[in-house]
Amino acid sequence: MSYKILIIADHLQGALNESTARTIACAQQIAPDAIDVLVLADDGAAAIAAEAARIDGVATVYHADDAAHAHPTAAVLAPRIAAAVERGGYSHVLGPNTTFGKDLMPRVAALLGAPMVTDIMAVHTPHEFDRPIYAGNAVNTVAAPADRVLVASVRCASYPAAAGGNEAAIEPLELDVEVPSHTRFVGLEQQTSDRPDLQTAPKVVSGGRGVGSEENFRIIYNFADKIGAAVGASRAAVDAGYVPNDMQVGQTGKIISPTLYICFGISGAIQHLAGIKDAGTIVAINKDEDAPIFEIADIGLVGDLFDIIPELERAVG
Amino acid sequence: MKVLVSVKRAIDYNVRIQIKSDGSGVVTDGVKHSMNPFDEIAVEQAIRWKEAGLCDEVVAVTIGPDAAGEQLRSALAFGCDRAIHVKTEEPVQPLTAAGVFKAIAENEQPQVFLMGKQAIDDDASQTGPMTAALLGWPQATFASSIELADDSARVTREVDAGLETLDVDLPAVITTDLRLNEPRYLKLPNIMKAKKKPIESSSLDELGVAPAAALESLKTAPPPQRESGVRVESVDELVAKLKEKSLL
Repeated sequence: MSYKILIIADHLQGALNESTARTIACAQQIAPDAIDVLVLADDGAAAIAAEAARIDGVATVYHADDAAHAHPTAAVLAPRIAAAVERGGYSHVLGPNTTFGKDLMPRVAALLGAPMVTDIMAVHTPHEFDRPIYAGNAVNTVAAPADRVLVASVRCASYPAAAGGNEAAIEPLELDVEVPSHTRFVGLEQQTSDRPDLQTAPKVVSGGRGVGSEENFRIIYNFADKIGAAVGASRAAVDAGYVPNDMQVGQTGKIISPTLYICFGISGAIQHLAGIKDAGTIVAINKDEDAPIFEIADIGLVGDLFDIIPELERAVG
Repeated sequence: MKVLVSVKRAIDYNVRIQIKSDGSGVVTDGVKHSMNPFDEIAVEQAIRWKEAGLCDEVVAVTIGPDAAGEQLRSALAFGCDRAIHVKTEEPVQPLTAAGVFKAIAENEQPQVFLMGKQAIDDDASQTGPMTAALLGWPQATFASSIELADDSARVTREVDAGLETLDVDLPAVITTDLRLNEPRYLKLPNIMKAKKKPIESSSLDELGVAPAAALESLKTAPPPQRESGVRVESVDELVAKLKEKSLL
């Protein structure tokens, strides 16, 4: 059998999201004849396509430029992706398991009449994959029917980004599919920050309910800035209103795989652990020596974060 | 306005799941089940609209075995007016569930179909968008706030970049995220009252829905375990360890 994979590029404000290179790394495991990337964007599509063309393993990057693609609305994009998949004769179509991919890929699958594999974490054969269930407390190996297009989202934390240095072909693509008027973008409220991106940063510092308040979270930010880390939080800290929801790490927030993860005042609910299992080194600082976070931490230190952070800052200079 | 809300029976979120030794799945016999927490948020939202006079009928629907009737009773105790139980002993996958929900939506003609953003058993997070796709309806997933108007809804969505706001024409499928609301505790009188509310029984055959193409489950195994770590006694020791690994 020969396989041909289409990757749906995730991008924001003219820049390619690193999740795309991670999705391509998963596609490489399937060992297809070709990996193509589809960039659906407005007038910045060609620039995003040029970024995608540098990723190893990519054969051709197609870009469809249309004002309707200015915002990633599933109802607009899904029928166009389905058309591109059918026209290109793709055996697989993969997107990242970011909120973009989670919203979009099931809609694509339904339009193609195909079941979908959510969160591929390992590839066994072109149609057999591992995926996490029960908040990552079990791994399910599934086989998808080989007589249909395989639609899937890739668990980005399971794959390092594919390397750069490639010079793939770049081609415009006309997708003459009607745009529905029933879904209208109103706005995007972003937390602007000079800190590294939580989902891709090699170092992440996070705080939990133990931090105590929104004001106290400043010491977490300060320490993160000192070591050049992104900042995350547990669901408890988000629910308590200390930080905005897009900082939540865990099964229902962001699933991350930094090289170093340092968490302060996080007890380690299953929900949170599901989001950090792929981190390189996990460091936990907590007052409660019985906190479950210590069961999975590589290095644990029992103590009060308000005493320890100043000491840490002094120690790292 | 009529609101349809889907409800799934799942292993309770507090249960530490056990994987069967033959790898055929997780142990469900004798294990506490409850309504998928995201669906509970969806039910709560629909009832709040009803209490605010924004909708006049809320219908709960589930697909599942006889036991899933318990979760429908919970939905009725929240305040749903009636319920539909699509009975099947075999678990259905999202694409088939979406086909069933499409058929129900066509019969019931709701203005809003509320669903949880994902079920905490299979964590697929597919059924909402798939149902919207099959119906040709707009979708707004991961809602943290919903403002209902007569023929549209303004939905704030929790996305990786922050909070995105969409306007969708009704009818629409909207899936709920954690911060949309906090479900109420059910009171005994409401639980008693729910026993008298009607549950209509149906099936895939009656709805004319054929099972869709599905994934085959080959094996269920425990996740790879992290090796147990070390405790350090001081910040200096911690920093030394991190420097040793070139992490600082």
